[in-house]
Amino acid sequence: MAKDLVDLVVAKPAKRNAKRRRTGKEKFWLIFRYVSLIFIWFLVVMPIYVMVINSLKGVKNVYLTNAFKLPEKLDFSAWSVAWSGTDYFPQSISESMSRTLFFVIQSSIISAIIGSINGYVFAKWKFKGSNLIFTLFLFGMFIPYQAIMIPLVRIATTLDINRSIYVLVLAHIIYGIPICTLIFRNYYEAIPNELIEAARVDKASMVRTYRSIILPLSIPAFVVVLIWQFTSAWNDFLFAIFLTGGSPKLSVATTALNFITGSSNQVYYGVNMTASLIVSLPTLIVYIFLGRYFLRGLLSGSLKG
Amino acid sequence: MSKAVRNKRSLSARVGGLFFVLPSIITVIIFVYGLIVWSINVSLTNQNSGAKKEIEYVGLKNYTDLLVDERFTHSLLNLVKFTVVFILGALITGFIMALLLEKGIKGEGFFRSFYLYPMAISFIAMGTVFNWLLNSARDEEAGGLNLALQKIGLGFLQNDWYVSEKGAMYAMALPAIWQMSGYVLALFLAGFRGIPDDLREAARVDGASESQIYRHVLFPQLTPTLLTVLIILGHISMKAFDLIIGINGKSYVTQVVAVYMWEATFDKRDYAKGTAIAIVLLIMIAIVVVPYLRYNNKQQAYR
Repeated sequence: MAKDLVDLVVAKPAKRNAKRRRTGKEKFWLIFRYVSLIFIWFLVVMPIYVMVINSLKGVKNVYLTNAFKLPEKLDFSAWSVAWSGTDYFPQSISESMSRTLFFVIQSSIISAIIGSINGYVFAKWKFKGSNLIFTLFLFGMFIPYQAIMIPLVRIATTLDINRSIYVLVLAHIIYGIPICTLIFRNYYEAIPNELIEAARVDKASMVRTYRSIILPLSIPAFVVVLIWQFTSAWNDFLFAIFLTGGSPKLSVATTALNFITGSSNQVYYGVNMTASLIVSLPTLIVYIFLGRYFLRGLLSGSLKG
Repeated sequence: MSKAVRNKRSLSARVGGLFFVLPSIITVIIFVYGLIVWSINVSLTNQNSGAKKEIEYVGLKNYTDLLVDERFTHSLLNLVKFTVVFILGALITGFIMALLLEKGIKGEGFFRSFYLYPMAISFIAMGTVFNWLLNSARDEEAGGLNLALQKIGLGFLQNDWYVSEKGAMYAMALPAIWQMSGYVLALFLAGFRGIPDDLREAARVDGASESQIYRHVLFPQLTPTLLTVLIILGHISMKAFDLIIGINGKSYVTQVVAVYMWEATFDKRDYAKGTAIAIVLLIMIAIVVVPYLRYNNKQQAYR
């Protein structure tokens, strides 16, 4: 495997006949491609466009029939209502947002550390049966979490940790082990074995090799895993709704939002739109600035990353 | 002396790694495999309500009950409809996007970044918007897609979308396609660009036309990518949950297996039924994923 998937995706294909003038047929296809790409672009952008413009129309005056119309004048009042709430809209999302941030950062960091150690062993410090164990890990990535959820809730209730946000920290660390291990393993697999051999000749132990050679090279993989765990924990709804039992004291961004948009607040469309946009912003910002790393995490889900 | 050192080192080299992954192995054994066994165990009992009573084993009763449970067969059928439309839709859209981009075009990075952003957003959040875009209001009251269709003169295509009796699941597949097409695009783009340029050149020298090159040279090379895409889309589709909840809540028309499991567990406190549904879902996914994992494992061995 010469290149990994992400390099292939962003690779610039070799320019052929760059100097030659295009024939009529080639010109036609070029225009056709641009028109199609722009058409798809509009379809892809439309939902977020609707979200943004309707969040700027204020609390009232937001109607379905005007969904695509730009606001007549910018009104940010829906933002403050969605963020901190008012008497007619008490379910603000600021508290849930900060709670989510708090737990997501912790689970991401711990997941990354565990993933790095595991990945190193499965790539460079193999033992008998390690490939089989790794494959058994991977299965954990694909299971529907419903299949473990009821016992998991029972354990959390018995240990009395379901009344603290740490129940979600633990859940995301545990069920993040497979994907984090996979990302690091694929990354370390690409590091030449000669590097490890050279360290061995210098009588460095495997742990020492990890610390002084592998770890300093691992920053890109850490970024990938941190982003991946951040995004999936932030967007997670399943664990949150089961493990916190919908308790408002433990609501996270997605469960709070689901409560807001699913409840009787249907009159306040503008606020609902704004709340949805606010909840989407952290992951969107991460994607905008670190898209390449996000893509790497995403593609590792195909096992070949 | 040196030999002794090497032996000692090789012992640590052989099993030392195990020591460091042991905590993770134990965790995965308990929390993945152990809890699955526990779930199966619950699904074989009579824990059909929140009330405390003597736990008895009832064999496969909870599973056979599902077969005649109209709501379950309904949600299973819904899931099949959704899966077929979603997989085909995302596959075709993503593949077309890849075809448009694979040769490289000015602004490729711009298009690619936008095509992929839906993957970063939670479906609970997007649900608010799609609830609007796919709203069933028509004509003067229309907003969203129905309004857009009128504007471009396709008003007759106006639809009830996710509340329609027959087509609700097909409508539900639209947002899923919207979200996952970029992923398919990325996988196919990687597939196209993994094909050595020489293959194209050789075919061109032999006088093959562009369309022949695609059909006979490039597409056959993409078979492994196609397999990967199908597996990924398949298992994501079968787990569909927050997408459905985000747009239409627990409504009957768009209920799928994962949502029904939630309802049985949460609202009815029927844990035996909930686990039985979950295990059925697990088996469905395992049928798709396990052969893929084995195939992947063999590929690793050749590397």
